[in-house]
Amino acid sequence: MTDNLASARTGTLRDGLRVLGVAIRREPGIFTLSALGSVLFGALTVADAWVLGWATDHAIVPAFREGRVGSGVLVAVAALFLGVALLRAVGIVARRLGAGVMQYRMQAAYRREVTRQYLALPMEWHQRHPTGQLLSNANSDVEAAWSPIAPLPMAVGTIAMMVFAVVQMLVTDLVMAVVGCCVFPLVIVANVAYQRLSSPLVTRIQALRAELSEIAHESFDGALVVKTLGREAQETERFGAKARQLRDLGIRAGRIRAAFDPLLEGLPNLGILVVLGVGVLRVRGGAADAGDVVTVAYLLTIVSFPIRSIGWLVGEFPRSVVGYERVHRVLDEELETSYGGQHLTSPRHGVRLAVDHLSYSHTPGQRLLEDLDLVVEPGRTVALVGATASGKSTLASLLMRLVDPDAGAITVDGTDLRDLAHGALAEQAALVPQGTFLFDDTVRGNVTLGADVPDDAVWAALRTAQADGFVAALPHGLDSRLGERGTTLSGGQRQRLSLARALVRRPRLLVLDDATSAVDPEVEQRILAAMRESADDDAVTMVLVAYRKATIALADEVVFLADGTIADRGTHAELLARNPAYARLVNAYDAEEVPAS
Amino acid sequence: MTTVATGEEIGALATLRRGLHFSPELGDGLKGTLALAVLGTVGRVVVPIAVQQTLDKGLNGAGGIDLGFTGRMAVVAAVAILVTGVSSYLMTFRLFRTAETGLATLRTKAFRHVHELPVLTQNTERRGAMVSRVTSDVDQVSQFLVFGGILALVSVLQVIVATVVMLFYSWQLTVWVWVSFLPLISSLRYFQRRLSAAYGVVRRQVGLMLAAISEPVVGAAVVRTHAIESRTQARIDESIDAYQLASTRAQGLTAVSFSLGGISSGLANAGVVVIGIWLGFGDHITSGQVLAFAFLVSLFVGPVQTGTQVLTDAQNAIAGWRRTIGILDTPADLADPGPVGVDLPAGALAVDFDDVGFAYPGGPPVLREVTEHIDPGTRVAVVGETGSGKTTFAKLLTRLMDAGSGTVRLGGVDVRSVGFDALRRRVVMVPQEGFLFDSTLLANAQYGRLGAIADDVRRAVTDLGLADWLEGLPEGLQTRVGQRGESLSAGERQLVALVRAHLADPDLLVLDEATSAVDPELEVRIGRALERLMAGRTSVTIAHRLTTAENADEVIVFDAGRVVQRGPHAALVAQGGVYGRLHASWVAQGSAPAPAPGTLEP
Repeated sequence: MTDNLASARTGTLRDGLRVLGVAIRREPGIFTLSALGSVLFGALTVADAWVLGWATDHAIVPAFREGRVGSGVLVAVAALFLGVALLRAVGIVARRLGAGVMQYRMQAAYRREVTRQYLALPMEWHQRHPTGQLLSNANSDVEAAWSPIAPLPMAVGTIAMMVFAVVQMLVTDLVMAVVGCCVFPLVIVANVAYQRLSSPLVTRIQALRAELSEIAHESFDGALVVKTLGREAQETERFGAKARQLRDLGIRAGRIRAAFDPLLEGLPNLGILVVLGVGVLRVRGGAADAGDVVTVAYLLTIVSFPIRSIGWLVGEFPRSVVGYERVHRVLDEELETSYGGQHLTSPRHGVRLAVDHLSYSHTPGQRLLEDLDLVVEPGRTVALVGATASGKSTLASLLMRLVDPDAGAITVDGTDLRDLAHGALAEQAALVPQGTFLFDDTVRGNVTLGADVPDDAVWAALRTAQADGFVAALPHGLDSRLGERGTTLSGGQRQRLSLARALVRRPRLLVLDDATSAVDPEVEQRILAAMRESADDDAVTMVLVAYRKATIALADEVVFLADGTIADRGTHAELLARNPAYARLVNAYDAEEVPAS
Repeated sequence: MTTVATGEEIGALATLRRGLHFSPELGDGLKGTLALAVLGTVGRVVVPIAVQQTLDKGLNGAGGIDLGFTGRMAVVAAVAILVTGVSSYLMTFRLFRTAETGLATLRTKAFRHVHELPVLTQNTERRGAMVSRVTSDVDQVSQFLVFGGILALVSVLQVIVATVVMLFYSWQLTVWVWVSFLPLISSLRYFQRRLSAAYGVVRRQVGLMLAAISEPVVGAAVVRTHAIESRTQARIDESIDAYQLASTRAQGLTAVSFSLGGISSGLANAGVVVIGIWLGFGDHITSGQVLAFAFLVSLFVGPVQTGTQVLTDAQNAIAGWRRTIGILDTPADLADPGPVGVDLPAGALAVDFDDVGFAYPGGPPVLREVTEHIDPGTRVAVVGETGSGKTTFAKLLTRLMDAGSGTVRLGGVDVRSVGFDALRRRVVMVPQEGFLFDSTLLANAQYGRLGAIADDVRRAVTDLGLADWLEGLPEGLQTRVGQRGESLSAGERQLVALVRAHLADPDLLVLDEATSAVDPELEVRIGRALERLMAGRTSVTIAHRLTTAENADEVIVFDAGRVVQRGPHAALVAQGGVYGRLHASWVAQGSAPAPAPGTLEP
């Protein structure tokens, strides 16, 4: 961490420019336009000083000395001031609009890339990264990365303006120009010092903001637990402690800014005083006249403010570099689910599923599944039964290639899952997970997920999942919006929609991971009965993770998992007869049964 | 149901007032900061005055060029610049301190308030939007207060000071400068309205974009299993484009409004020179004073120009501020009676529902005319089909929601009058989804009882008959549970929730499908343990599995929002009715040997 900070300090200027280089290379046209606008602005700002000096010598001083002035001169002065101002306005619009367009284009481009990466990266990667962090990578980090684009054209224009100003000063009076030229480097040096002091703080503040957002996200996610256990005060303290840390760092950053602001402003002003003193000497020596003194002093006045845009630019660098690096940590992630080119044919029967010497561990050293072998013939139904945490859900996610095995292979119709083309498995297989994710979309959108499915088929799937009743009762039927702001559904209702989502695709392999846990038994029975009716005998191969005997009863074969291995397999009756551990597990309720008299 | 106020309906001044109300620190030392700002700004006219003095007295003075005067004047001016610098340092630092302090308070208050909103509101709001209201929205306000705020403060003062100095030199030229800037100043209102609308759109598009971006993150597994990457990307791209368009529009408006300041300054300068010369003929003004005006106009144009920029930032900040205040302005329907809240009577609690009804907003009633009494110390099972009202019953009982009509009493006391502190200590509900925080098992268990040490947690685990589960975890209580507890299985998360509840040691325990994801053997074991632990206390259990009902003292059967049956298991089975049907399907499911296909029905 300390190393990072140190390197961030020394390398920020170079890195910041490098990040800007990326943006300029990607948007050269709009950058040129805004830079030209800014140069125009800079040139005309300097011209303004020249106009004032010209007016001093040709209009003001002669007029006051001689008591008269030609009207042509006055018209010229007025026209020059106005003309310069109008052209300068054009420059401003080009500069600012150009900067905005460039900045927003870069933001949009990077957000697209980051989200594409999120969609491409494997599940293991997703599981390793906190939601809040991923959201801020796509949002605030992208914003931070391209924040220097806003002051960029202005800074470019300012550099041009300084060049014009120095030339103008040199033309006006060599000695005063030397004084003026000392001011610009001093201001730039002060800016760089400012940036070096504040950059580690800014880095830390940015990290704290992300942490704060993670706490808020997690805490709001767990709002029900916080409420039911009355832990509002402790959660507030957890958030508050982080907020106070952020506050203290913000104040420290403020102290640095407070010190440099007046310095950056005072330097040119002191320079002007020196110019005045030197100027009076020069005038006395006959080397310059009053107009020259005014021109140089005015140049320092008008250029001193825009010079700060270089400070703003450099000041954005630390934030930008950190944001850029954080975004690139996602973009440069090479982990990718690699897909083969194979497709599956779609015969009218279920898939043949084979698991061959499969091993999987979530973290090294902790085997979740060990050397598993399993074959499910087309159209057969297998129930995975096992105690809590015996590896059933892990196996279910392996079957859908949410994760890849450490050793061994899973094949569908003889093809290794890893050799299938992207989407090939999804065409044939569907998983109904334990937890349900609903999109911020309509019921129809949540069931079809964009597939071209007629409403009849959607209703048929909803009917099988026993969800047609409550969907029909929603205010807009299939068009009712769900998701975070839509209609709230109960856990059981969400599970039934999730089931319909799988059924509507007419999969040849259906994996149900305790998918009806929140549905009450009566409804569950109706679902199971409807599934049996709607499916042809062997049209679908099913793998069920289940506890309930009625669910297990659907299966042709039961696979009993214990400690990551297959402890036993056979029909329910066989296992019940020969395996006491199995009998204990599935008969647990019977032992409790109080005879109903 | 209450939806969170967007805050968009309150004006800029009202926002400021409400903001100050929620962050009183912002007003601390304001007078001192203002005094420093005045001092710092007054210093800005040092340079124009120095130029004027140099021209009129140093160069064009009565006695010709006066070097000594110029030197003395430069030293005085330099001192003034130093004083200005120190004042400016102090002002900026103080501003940072108050702004950061005030906004830390604001965001912490808003965070707390989110937790006090009713469950229904919490569930229906976009999670991302709620988070941004206590994070990035507040950041935007703080950025404005400490950056734009300084600019705004200095800008206004600078215009005032410049005007005063101008008036001292020449009222006629001052009038001209003001006339030149008048069109710009009057157009500010127009631009403010347009910018306000434009940035409102920008903020809304950000919210939509964040929601779309969260889909491939939060719903990663669903996107993957259904291979809907391209559809998800299309939805995201659409929202990104909409945000880009909105931002670019707002920026265009800002650019145009900003450019106008320069035109006004050109107009002002042209007039100052022409009119100044004309005034000079009447000896009303010196040449140095005319030139000082040119410098003073630059003092004038800067603030007006940055003023429009500050206005832009202000629009952003005020929008963010409003949204955060919007949270605090959303009434917490479930008001904690606070200090006047009464405590619950000691010991096991009785439960009374007195003609209770409830309906979700705009929906049909989910509970109707429920009048039930539960004796202290009894174990009650609540059963019914999905949507029969049993979960609503539990939520009203634990005051996660308030009844629409009628009264809920615990131990004879109206729940609405019980202090939250007492209520949450004595009444604990274990929801179906055992949400865990990204920390260790121990830290998660401590949500049940603050200050519980590892041994307490181990004892609680053992009490519940879960010692072997804990031993099986490689790092025991130090096991990290991952994001939302996802390193554990759904069943294990429920176990942690139960451990929490046991540590909380309540007098009324409400279990809402609290063991639905654990295996049957374990569930039965936990059931027995809970029975033992809850002896002498009241428990209400909502269960799909009728085993629980069979062991309960009494069963309450819900159907279509009403209580249709009540009594001991055996009696209800004999009665038939809804319970008889539920029981029959349970028996068919639970104890029949694997039936042949098609014989599922009892």
